[in-house]
Amino acid sequence: MNAREDPALPPLINESGIEIKPLYTSADIEASGGAAMIGLPGEYPFTRGIHPLMFRKRPWTMRQYTGFGNASDTNQRFHYLIANGQTGLNVAFDLPTQIGLDSDDPLAEGEVGRVGMAVDTLRDFEVAFDGIDLDRITVSLTINGAAAILIAMYLAMAQKRGYDVKRLRGTAQNDILKEFVGRGTWVFPVEPSLKLVGDTIEYCAKEAPKYTPVSVCGYHIRESGATPAQEIAYAFCIARAYADEAIKRGLGVDEFAGRLSYNFNIFGNIFEQVAKFRAARGLWAKIMKEQYGARDPASMLMRMIAGGGGSGLTLEQPELNIVRGAYYGLISALSGAQTMALCCFDEAYTIPTEYAQRISLRTMQLLIEEMGLCDTVDPLAGSYYLETLTNQMRTKIETIIADVDARGGIVKLIAEGRIQAEVSARAYERQQALEAGTFRKVGVNCYRIDEEKGKVAFHPHNEDDARAQVAALSRARAERDQASVQRTLGRVRADAEAGVNLMPAIIEAVKAYASVGEITKELVGVYGRYREPIRF
Amino acid sequence: MSAPLETGRRVRIVVAKPGLDGHDQGAKVVVRALMDAGFEVIYTGLRQTPESIAQIALEEDVDVIALSSMAGSHLPFCAKLKPLLEKVGLTDKLWIIGGNLPAQDQAQLRELGFKGIFPTGSKLTDIVGYIRENVR
Repeated sequence: MNAREDPALPPLINESGIEIKPLYTSADIEASGGAAMIGLPGEYPFTRGIHPLMFRKRPWTMRQYTGFGNASDTNQRFHYLIANGQTGLNVAFDLPTQIGLDSDDPLAEGEVGRVGMAVDTLRDFEVAFDGIDLDRITVSLTINGAAAILIAMYLAMAQKRGYDVKRLRGTAQNDILKEFVGRGTWVFPVEPSLKLVGDTIEYCAKEAPKYTPVSVCGYHIRESGATPAQEIAYAFCIARAYADEAIKRGLGVDEFAGRLSYNFNIFGNIFEQVAKFRAARGLWAKIMKEQYGARDPASMLMRMIAGGGGSGLTLEQPELNIVRGAYYGLISALSGAQTMALCCFDEAYTIPTEYAQRISLRTMQLLIEEMGLCDTVDPLAGSYYLETLTNQMRTKIETIIADVDARGGIVKLIAEGRIQAEVSARAYERQQALEAGTFRKVGVNCYRIDEEKGKVAFHPHNEDDARAQVAALSRARAERDQASVQRTLGRVRADAEAGVNLMPAIIEAVKAYASVGEITKELVGVYGRYREPIRF
Repeated sequence: MSAPLETGRRVRIVVAKPGLDGHDQGAKVVVRALMDAGFEVIYTGLRQTPESIAQIALEEDVDVIALSSMAGSHLPFCAKLKPLLEKVGLTDKLWIIGGNLPAQDQAQLRELGFKGIFPTGSKLTDIVGYIRENVR
């Protein structure tokens, strides 16, 4: 009997809502839209990859997410990772820094240095990146609510060390719209938040043209419950909102679009993820070319970091997370990611230890050195299944984008809490399926064992580090020129009130050693704070 | 299905996100499960201080105070919250906490008055069942 027609087989639907057949043939590719979007790597529509030779020319950048305690703790870990072969840095900041509070703010108590490195003034950046060659090791700052300030600090630090900002590479996450959907490190209301992203894009396009001011994150939207197709669709809608903001400033699309990048999630079914990324690359190219009129191919490239997916990891049998991490790396490589950051096996518990970080790094090195993942470009291309699924994922993503547009656009839907409600409804369904055993998770709802608790070593949180950080902030405040702090903070406020691009004023303020909290306070004085819409 | 107290009133629960942690997927999933179980749920949203949680719990006349903490600051936070809840006379309410709560911290959380502890991986049905059995 033909496997495709066996009535005894129950239907199988992937997470994005596409029915998966037991067998695919060339007829399925034709029926799903044909081969027109496949093309060649390095050529429009870039489905197969953004470069002609991809990893054959250069493997992906390895950029593990790292940061804890203070700048000096983090600097040591950076040097450890670089010594072990890491080729980029990906900086984690503590929560007070992420939401614009100084380490001595009463609201920061108990949180300083806990989930990332504490940063108050430019002094902390000088220590954190001490001894690191910023031309050789590119730095990605995982910062959103306070992104304008930390980008300013990075540029100021690099300039002080003699780097030419015009040639400086690096990335800031700086995707505030997704923070309203998941992750939650917002500060200002939606409109001024979007304005600040526009300021960074505009400033970088003119003054730091090699710097990537935004990395649009489907990642956290997926972590919050979205399906893989929703992850891409919402991220593209958000990226278009930033592009629209930049165009409103009078920038041409080709002046900034080539410096946008993406951060995506990898957890889930291998083929669905690979198809998701191939579909997304083609679709983004099409959006930029057809909707935005981009002419420079660089503007059409969906550059991405992938490899993480915390939701896929388990507390149970944590050593299995090493295996999951290896598959994440495999998916990421098969998907043509520019940068990889693998979740560490202890990440479901704690800030990764050096040991866990090294295993993740070695996993990527194994894929490069032993497994042949760099030998040929887009090795799964031409598979009946994968090409069909790529077409179907693209259609699915386009449908979701059209729905968002028809309902008033992503900015409105986020401001009203509607995307948040949609995503959390999906998370609830997934949790129910997990508990019912229909969404299978090894070690969680099948193949369980009796385990001793607490066998993973925890990253110790050291309150002495927090106290030292507060002391260092007092010292930095005492040593700086108070008059220039007051003058530059005054300009930040005046520029915010005037509605002009804030980056020059913020850069001046960080150079005067004004703190993250002080600058944020000036902006809150003008913009106010975001109030979360509660919608279920 | 409703979940009435002995008085016949529906059980009221505040689900709060303490501190600066922005991971609210779990909290929102729990809110949905509690609503589906017939409880009345007040969700605070992110960035609640000990003071704001005590105030909301008092003003909303809740029977259960539920925290969701993912970013590691649960012990210092609960140590600050406990005297505030005591001060406004909410010691007879059911205090529960869920999230990223290491095994070695759980005894301390119990000492701080959090009797129901639901680390990551806990089942929604267990949380609902626990509240039904223990709420007064």
